[in-house]
Amino acid sequence: MWQNPPFILSQDPWDLHHRAERDRQRHNEKVKEVIKQNLGEIISQQDIITAHDGKIVKIPVRGLELPRIRFDPNQGKRVGQGPGGSQPGDIIGRQPGEGQGTGKQAGTEPGVDFYEAEFTIEELMALVFEDLHLPNLQEKGRKQVMADTTQFNTIARKGPLSNIDRKRTLLEAYKRSAKEGKPGFKIHADDRRFRSWEVVPEPQRNAVIFAMRDVSGSMGEFEAYICRSFYFWMLRFLRTKYTNTEIVFITCHTIAKEVDEQEFFAAGDSGGTKLSEAYKLALDIIDKRYSPREWNIYPFLFSDGYNWGDHEVVQLVEQMASISNLIGYGEIADELWGHTDAFAPLGQALYERFANDPRVVLVRITNKEDVWPALKRFFSKHPEVEQL
Amino acid sequence: MTAQERAELEQFIEQAWETAIAMGLDPFPVHFELVPAHVIYEVGSYGLPARFSHWTFGRDYHRQKTLYEYNIARIYELVINTDPAQAFLLENNSLLANKMVAAHVIGHSDFFKNNTYFAHTDRRMVERARLHADRIRQYEMEYGPQRVEQFLDAVLSIEEHIDPVEPTYRRLKPEDYRHQKPALTRPTSEFDDLLGRVEASEPTSARRIPPEPEKDLLLFLRDYARDLEDWQRDIIGIVREEMLYFLPQIRTKIMNEGWASLVHERILESLPLTPTEHLEFRRMHSSVLSPGSRMSINPYYVGYQILRDIERRWNGEPPDEDEQVESDWLERPKPRPQGEGWQKLLEVREMECDVTFLRKYLTEGLVKRLDLYTYKLEEVNGDLVWRIQETDWEKVRDALLESMTNFGVPVVTVEDGDYERRGELYLKHHYDGKPLDIEYTTRTLRNIAAIWGRPVHLETVADGARLIFTCDGQQVKQRKA
Repeated sequence: MWQNPPFILSQDPWDLHHRAERDRQRHNEKVKEVIKQNLGEIISQQDIITAHDGKIVKIPVRGLELPRIRFDPNQGKRVGQGPGGSQPGDIIGRQPGEGQGTGKQAGTEPGVDFYEAEFTIEELMALVFEDLHLPNLQEKGRKQVMADTTQFNTIARKGPLSNIDRKRTLLEAYKRSAKEGKPGFKIHADDRRFRSWEVVPEPQRNAVIFAMRDVSGSMGEFEAYICRSFYFWMLRFLRTKYTNTEIVFITCHTIAKEVDEQEFFAAGDSGGTKLSEAYKLALDIIDKRYSPREWNIYPFLFSDGYNWGDHEVVQLVEQMASISNLIGYGEIADELWGHTDAFAPLGQALYERFANDPRVVLVRITNKEDVWPALKRFFSKHPEVEQL
Repeated sequence: MTAQERAELEQFIEQAWETAIAMGLDPFPVHFELVPAHVIYEVGSYGLPARFSHWTFGRDYHRQKTLYEYNIARIYELVINTDPAQAFLLENNSLLANKMVAAHVIGHSDFFKNNTYFAHTDRRMVERARLHADRIRQYEMEYGPQRVEQFLDAVLSIEEHIDPVEPTYRRLKPEDYRHQKPALTRPTSEFDDLLGRVEASEPTSARRIPPEPEKDLLLFLRDYARDLEDWQRDIIGIVREEMLYFLPQIRTKIMNEGWASLVHERILESLPLTPTEHLEFRRMHSSVLSPGSRMSINPYYVGYQILRDIERRWNGEPPDEDEQVESDWLERPKPRPQGEGWQKLLEVREMECDVTFLRKYLTEGLVKRLDLYTYKLEEVNGDLVWRIQETDWEKVRDALLESMTNFGVPVVTVEDGDYERRGELYLKHHYDGKPLDIEYTTRTLRNIAAIWGRPVHLETVADGARLIFTCDGQQVKQRKA
């Protein structure tokens, strides 16, 4: 087979060869695992909240290297090479500080082993929402709304090569060659078959969410930021996973008002606090528009916990609990109060009454990173509620 | 690449091959394959086609392919050290680029066949690696992909800790030691203490494991870790075997690339090219052979220049102004050889590895011409900057050699496999002035402890004091020795 001179030159089709894909995907999964562990920090960033769709977010990930017994990369001498005329004392590079955006340079400087994962906002959302659900959702109502799920249950002629269906592709190639009457066969692009998916509508349940926020004068900049960021993620989540849920926005100081989304997020702060008004308004709206027999109901309220008439609130929440699937109350305490673990007066009152009631979920947020755990607590499965 | 271009390339390789033989080269037969970019990046990141699967290879593949897609860096060619050698050429390279690359490949193939450091490499490694991959896939099915991945993570993180002299050297096993008489139990003369014989009078335990400090950590773990299952021992063996195969390539990177670059230049210069082709060739050639980023050296460039310099000197061309004239013991200038340049190069490509090559042939003039220097991290006005330290040629050469000692990896040996009779593993880092990266080291220790199955100790030196890290499987503690 070897002639003289002893070499062979060949060119074969390699399009179907994608062995590295599997390991690339495994690596991506690992990147995602790392990112998921740090979601709290990532999703509290202002620039992510204000990002438009399709924007690419770069997240520096550390530690996706295998550890080695190695020399300290920041100590000792190394050898480099210049274009000519280099002199002792010349500065040839800078060590970027930790945590700073390192741009394209990441990974090329000695000792820096950042891996920069790139995500679009949508991909990041999908990660964030992967484990979130509307808890205790029941089949209610006739107006069944759709939630889409995808199922791999069909075959297509076009698709990504990683989804190729080898058996069907071969069969097609055989069939075509048989039809053409040619002995042997080659796989043409037309023969390829891909496993593909269909969007399967799943009958869903009617649900209404009450997004309520305290806009009184005591809510400072930090409280407002937390409040907005929580509701931002909540809305994104609901609109991604539960496309047709209805959302009622309520702002409240001494008077509660039903507002539209824009106003809800823009609302400034003024006046005293009477949160019982918010619950009263919500109950009123439920009464008029969302019969508990037809609707799954989820009221959420964020406040700093300084309020007139806590007792009244407790009574209203009790009344609310009897018709809601889950009630969320979030108390935002800035650093001043952050050092104590106790709730402010309203939270305390609710805690005393509902500590053992799984339908009422109370959380306390003291810094930006707490938003993610709060989301997880509200929107995880609550088996104890489902047993009620 | 069109059929016509392929025919032209084939014809070119035929001529190139004959030229190479006439130059005294002796390459393995070569199978050239024209492949799309993703294949070359895949083979490049795995090191071998059809090697076992692991996420670190997927990561490298992703990185390299991204660099290629953004047109930042590209691999032109890839040669596998087998007999026959397997070479991958990029199918969308220009015809001329592939001519140059094919000539370059002939140089690599010649180097693989003739360089003495490759004498013990397995020339059927592609097939072996495929078998390894099959076995590991089998283990994934039997024991779960997660367990296999975890174990591979641990083993791969210590893959450099093997002993490359292994194929020619049989190490003693504990049973060999049992027959050794404890030497010199009584003083033989009054000068024993001066002659250093006294220590030998301590009875050596016949059951000491390892009998002498063992550099091949993988081999030791494979043979002596108590609780490993067979599939785990097999995986250690696989990783070790493949690393033994790759090590000579790591140890001869500068020479190998320098040699292949010199060969492709000679071949292309001696074959007829049109003026446009010649210009394009020169452009590509000088872009391959240009200084690296300022933080590293370009092995192609450094290797090529040193080889050229050797050829010039052994051809008897007049010395550079800054060249030290070699003198004999009476300080008379040595007569320079005449016209032996190429012969000398063939000998160098056979005998040396990077460390010996640089030690013997990196001269003062070369360090200056290549603009090599040492640099380190310094604080300037609160900023951390990399700053050039020395350009003195001997210091630069020594720093370069030091960075290549033990392939740039800290030397660690197994001192005791039954430390304090508790079955614990005692490792020693042979400190040579460069401190370890503590964070990485402690993470690696956890991996070693996971393989060993019992606590692991590592002795090193930090801030001038002996320090021992101990990992009980989870936590790593350090104490002064």
